[in-house]
Amino acid sequence: MNSRPAVLTGLLDTEGIRKDFPILDRLVHDGKKLVYLDNAATSQTPRQVIDALSEYYENYNANVHRGVHVLAEEATAGYEGARDKVAAFINAPSRDEVIFTKNASESLNLVANMLGWADEPYRVDRDTEIVITEMEHHSNIVPWQLLAQRTGAKLKWFGLTDDGRLDLSNIEEVITEKTKVVSFVLVSNILGTVNPVEAIVRRAQQVGALVVVDASQAAPHMPVDVQALQADFVAFTGHKMCGPTGIGVLWGRQELLEDLPPFLGGGEMIETVSMHSSTYAPAPHKFEAGTPPIAQAIGLGVAVDYLTSIGMDKILAHEHAMTEYAIGRLLEVPDLRVIGPTTAEERGAAISFTLGDIHPHDVGQVLDEQGIAVRVGHHCARPVCLRYGIPATTRASFYLYSTPAEVDALVDGLEHVRNFFG
Amino acid sequence: MYQDVILDHYKHPHGRGLRDGDAEVHHVNPTCGDEITLRVKLKGSTIEDVSYEGQGCSISQASASVLNDLLVGKEIADAQRIQGVFLELMQSKGRIEPDDAMEEVLEDAVAFAGVSKYPARVKCALLSWMAWKDATAQALSVEESV
Ligand SMILES: Cc1ncc(COP(=O)(O)O)c(C=O)c1O
Repeated sequence: MNSRPAVLTGLLDTEGIRKDFPILDRLVHDGKKLVYLDNAATSQTPRQVIDALSEYYENYNANVHRGVHVLAEEATAGYEGARDKVAAFINAPSRDEVIFTKNASESLNLVANMLGWADEPYRVDRDTEIVITEMEHHSNIVPWQLLAQRTGAKLKWFGLTDDGRLDLSNIEEVITEKTKVVSFVLVSNILGTVNPVEAIVRRAQQVGALVVVDASQAAPHMPVDVQALQADFVAFTGHKMCGPTGIGVLWGRQELLEDLPPFLGGGEMIETVSMHSSTYAPAPHKFEAGTPPIAQAIGLGVAVDYLTSIGMDKILAHEHAMTEYAIGRLLEVPDLRVIGPTTAEERGAAISFTLGDIHPHDVGQVLDEQGIAVRVGHHCARPVCLRYGIPATTRASFYLYSTPAEVDALVDGLEHVRNFFG
Repeated sequence: MYQDVILDHYKHPHGRGLRDGDAEVHHVNPTCGDEITLRVKLKGSTIEDVSYEGQGCSISQASASVLNDLLVGKEIADAQRIQGVFLELMQSKGRIEPDDAMEEVLEDAVAFAGVSKYPARVKCALLSWMAWKDATAQALSVEESV
């Protein structure tokens, strides 16, 4: 049965877009067309970004900020230019609020460490509380567990409803006068849920807690405006948004970045150094010790240009249509249970599911034999699997180049899996 | 990778269910959440029973079933030799093409040769075998201490 509507509205011109991604033409397993549905793990890289990386290494590879020669000046201009592009992409009030890290995990660890070392009023210590949620990626759980263990602070979290959303019914008890920081994911990488930022931020502001938003699954897929979010820190990662690996972003409010202490020490982050003490460069350099990932930052800048040229609102509309179609088709598969919201409302394009009692590893392997790449396991969000009483899920996740035909291929593939193990 | 032999054992496992034993172990494979509880019952130097209960992918479940077939009724020393050969096959990264001599020793377990090409799945195939090794060592040490 094929229930594809005659026209899906809001789809991008994927035929044109796919030409920018050479890898999407790859054949796997003796000539099968690659159907890449693992975009929540990492996205593919457009030609424009690949070319920018080569261009850097072929023409102006140099260390930044220190040289006086042509190459160093060009590399510095490229690296700092990428910062301008990222700042504009997230509507940051100032470019100096954009810190380059190596990935979202490092960004989140950076915040947790700053708050552990900070002076009042930001200091997290034994009389204070940290709030996260049960749907966080391990990258937004473990740094806070470490901070809690090291400082004696109490770690609390929001639970989940049966339909895969945050349970905010006890928000007043979870976020209290003792709460110093609330850190949560904007779009879940396992459930796909888009979380209600406003309600959480409002409560956090009432009690004077800082707000950290993990936008790793949001920045690639929808317009993200850090001013509209009203958060204090926003973290995301380059390789999920058409950029290279090895580059992440932490945006932080300027006055906080001025007040908070550095985390890593080294070159680049200082003003003066003597054998007794040092003074630090202003943000963002204060938080960028050592030689940064220069080519990767430049690549991310080009990725941001690429996404902007297509339009984040158009990408959002495309993925919304794809999600609606994919959920509808997946729910036609017998014994398939979607783990997460079962409508496309307030939902991103990562769809987790179980298929009867066929283990996700078997599902993933048999799909792979057909050229279909999905993710299986707990997706670095093991508490979510525990919450829903499942060992693991299979996850299909879409991006700007994904097509309804790929959804159909997935559904056919799952039918094959069922017959195979049935 | 999914040989018919493997699928048959997965769909119709041999010797599944927990029965009386001299030692019990619980092993998990943290990367995919496969789990097994396994008991070994010895009678002198013979393996009288290997019983197990678990959940996980077809590879881990089928492997436990094959293990039960192969090891129950064997002398411990022979079983250890079989385990050694299976381990060697699984760690071969697809480079060992089982010959008749190996098939003589491993019987249905040669079907797992293809799995050794998939590093992520080797642990699934070895889960029950590692559990068996552990449980047998425990059963033997219990025996010695009485
Ligand atoms: C929601 C979320 N947060 C954080 C991360 C961590 O990103 P990275 O591994 O690039 O640090 C990921 C990606 O795996 C994610 O999906």
